[in-house]
Amino acid sequence: MSGVRLLVGTRKGAFVLTADGKRDKWDVSGPHFGGWEIYHLKGSPADPDRLWASQSSGWFGQIIQRSDDGGRTWDPVGNDFQYAGVPGTHQWYDGTPHPWEFARVWHLEPSLGDPDVVHAGVEDAALFRSTDGGATWAERPGLREHGSGPRWQPGAGGMCLHTILADPADARRMWVAISAAGVFRTLDGGDSWEPANRGLRSEGIPDPDAEVGHCVHHLALHPSRPDTLFMQKHWDVMRSDDGGASWREISGDLPTDFGFVIDVHAHEPETIYVVPIKSDSEHYPPDGRLRVYRSRTGGDEWEPLTDGLPQSDCYVNVLRDAMAVDRLDDCGIYFGTTGGQVYGSADGGDTWSAIVRDLPAVLSVEVQTLP
Amino acid sequence: MGVPAVTVRVVLPAHLRTLAGVGGEVEVEVADPPTIGGVLDALEARYPVLGGTMRDRATLRRRPFVRFFADEEDYSHAAADTVLPETVAAGKEPFCVVGAMAGG
Repeated sequence: MSGVRLLVGTRKGAFVLTADGKRDKWDVSGPHFGGWEIYHLKGSPADPDRLWASQSSGWFGQIIQRSDDGGRTWDPVGNDFQYAGVPGTHQWYDGTPHPWEFARVWHLEPSLGDPDVVHAGVEDAALFRSTDGGATWAERPGLREHGSGPRWQPGAGGMCLHTILADPADARRMWVAISAAGVFRTLDGGDSWEPANRGLRSEGIPDPDAEVGHCVHHLALHPSRPDTLFMQKHWDVMRSDDGGASWREISGDLPTDFGFVIDVHAHEPETIYVVPIKSDSEHYPPDGRLRVYRSRTGGDEWEPLTDGLPQSDCYVNVLRDAMAVDRLDDCGIYFGTTGGQVYGSADGGDTWSAIVRDLPAVLSVEVQTLP
Repeated sequence: MGVPAVTVRVVLPAHLRTLAGVGGEVEVEVADPPTIGGVLDALEARYPVLGGTMRDRATLRRRPFVRFFADEEDYSHAAADTVLPETVAAGKEPFCVVGAMAGG
């Protein structure tokens, strides 16, 4: 029987949650790397036993771990992230030039086809790639050096490259998102990049329609429609139907269009999910009610999903990489909270239950659908 | 004839012991007289996973929340070529890598 494996990164370690296809009974393994911040874990689409984990701490820096047996055992691989050449400066919070400094890996994106190839999105924002199973890492400098880099500024969480999307139909096309610079697109496999922010409007920057400077929180796409991208921006939920060349707002009737996560149903490319958060300073659900909002129309019209989620006194946040969907026939949706809960729905979001309730603050949730 | 070497005992913090896969103190061979930089070089050579965890790979600057103690003295701010005390060279005292008290 098929099953699912949830990979959960938290402030104090990683957890692996597994269930069969019914998804009603879960085995919890962890903490792995106890005491370390695990910003992200993800499995290789080409080899589901190969997992990657970003392990970091304020004391001892960045470690990358790799498992070749589905998370039972792990081995550290290379952790040498050196910017190419002289990295120059970006803008600091006060607008002064600040040298690029590596802090941590926010996101690991394994190749769709080669288990030895993986991209890493890092803070200060840059894109790295390993082609040897994580032993060595090389920056793709065309992104940081394409021209607007000196104008990039950090968001509240740091200047991080947090989202990496690969086009399943065209290995040369990728998108990345950086807080607070925006979306960038490559059409040549990562050698050269261009901003892809036309249509975004951010009131908190001097020129609301600027080419760069937007605090994009997360991107998602459905593999069958790689020209359509969905975005949760700092404020505003957006979509693009031309591969990121232009964007339009689809916040519609959401109670607030601030938030971090966004994802797409595995089998319905126009069904999307967000978790509205009250505001950029009040990082919790409006009215203390944790609600996932679903649109079956690709945006604009949204319905709250509440069955099984706390509807009073709930003041957790759901961070940008903390939602994922499985690919079983009845699509499963999962998200983790800063309160340590991981919620799951095995029916596309109609009903929810807590898989675990008391983990450390959840930073990321990924899911693997197992044969 | 090779450079004379001494064996230096090193105490690592728990997280780095886990990373390196060691249980207690470790020992490294270091050119005599042993220096801070020499001990760190030897540690990283013997346990490559420790590269970047105690000092920056490029600048070799100590990570801010890592401290170096030896024979009840704080060597955290000493230069890399600082010679460690005779008690460390003689194996009577360990060189201690410490995770700074931080985090509340």
